[in-house]
Amino acid sequence: MAQVIVVTSGKGGVGKTTTSAAFATGLAQAGKKTVVIDFDVGLRNLDLIMGVERRVVFDIVNVIQGEARLNQALIRDKRIENLSILPASQTRDKDALTKEGVNEIIEELSKDNDFILCDSPAGIEKGALLALYFADHAIVVTNPEVSSVRDSDRILGVLQSKSKRAEEKRDKVKEHLLVTRYDPNRVERGEMLKLEDVREILAIPLLGVIPENESVLRASNTGMPVILDGESIAGQAYKDAVSRFLGQELPHRFLEPEKKPGLLRRLFGGRAA
Amino acid sequence: MSWLDFFRANRKPEPDSAAQAKERLQILLAHERIGRTREDFLPRLQQDLVAVVARYVAIDPAKVNVALDRGNDISTLAIEIELPSVRSAPAGAVEAARA
Ligand SMILES: Nc1ncnc2c1ncn2[C@@H]1O[C@H](COP(=O)(O)OP(=O)(O)OP(=O)(O)O)[C@@H](O)[C@H]1O
Ligand SMILES: [Mg+2]
Repeated sequence: MAQVIVVTSGKGGVGKTTTSAAFATGLAQAGKKTVVIDFDVGLRNLDLIMGVERRVVFDIVNVIQGEARLNQALIRDKRIENLSILPASQTRDKDALTKEGVNEIIEELSKDNDFILCDSPAGIEKGALLALYFADHAIVVTNPEVSSVRDSDRILGVLQSKSKRAEEKRDKVKEHLLVTRYDPNRVERGEMLKLEDVREILAIPLLGVIPENESVLRASNTGMPVILDGESIAGQAYKDAVSRFLGQELPHRFLEPEKKPGLLRRLFGGRAA
Repeated sequence: MSWLDFFRANRKPEPDSAAQAKERLQILLAHERIGRTREDFLPRLQQDLVAVVARYVAIDPAKVNVALDRGNDISTLAIEIELPSVRSAPAGAVEAARA
């Protein structure tokens, strides 16, 4: 039986798809059989971030409507073993997804995977509700910013009332806070909510902190999940977060501003070159 | 970097906007978490109040204002109902009020 993980946030554009791609890749690298599903029907993007956009033939809606078999729609990653992607439809709308249809897909994928990641669309409408409905774990992606924190709180409420686990009164969905686009320089200047503040307000266990970093845009340009960029601090932070998810205890990194150049360097360094 | 920039960079920072963000969120979420399980009662409260007051005075439902201010320790609910001037009050309403 696979574990189902939803990557969710309420607010749009906070880094769900970036996180889904990184996490799916990281879990597969750790030897876990993993499939990542794009639930953003109408706005498919995971395929681009994973670099498989030219291999999409069928999508999740085709499978639900019986136009293709699940195996035909799954795209196997060429770089990493154990990893496959189920793309969203680009042309249909979210009503094409049904609870029964998604249930069948998840049951089938459960048979031969360890993890099923669901990349949620923004909002708290049908697509987002379906993405979280079957979840065992929720990675709540939050930026250190008022509207993102508020929406994360909202989505936590939805997880506690509208998920399958909540409806069946089983153990609740396990919540994990992932703070992304964290900029220690701005935090130091008092312009951005501190990690401790976000933790205190949302009060769920912290899985990781991903710094704001140029490497994320670079990775999306080339269709390579940022976790594969071992040099980048965002890539390393995602790697740590995946390891923590799998039970390792690791300190949180990249929380402080990078060391500023010393006084003499600041005065004369720029002109010396 | 010029000498001026160097001194500017070391100036005291502006008052901390992140602290305000935290405080605003704490107040807001404390209220939203309570309200999560039941629907927002304010529209119904307004309807009920208008109905009660209208039994005694003829009022214009459009001239009712409900304002809520959520604070840390106390919250206030201000309800402002504009009463018609005595002259324009329809006779029926005065009758009803006496009854
Ligand atoms: N750690 C980061 N550093 C810098 N940029 C980032 C970081 N994380 C995400 N981004 C950028 O933020 C943008 C939104 O990211 P992403 O598409 O992953 O968000 P999303 O939550 O999936 O959005 P949507 O709600 O539209 O699905 C992208 O341009 C991405 O490159
Ligand atoms: Mg997305």
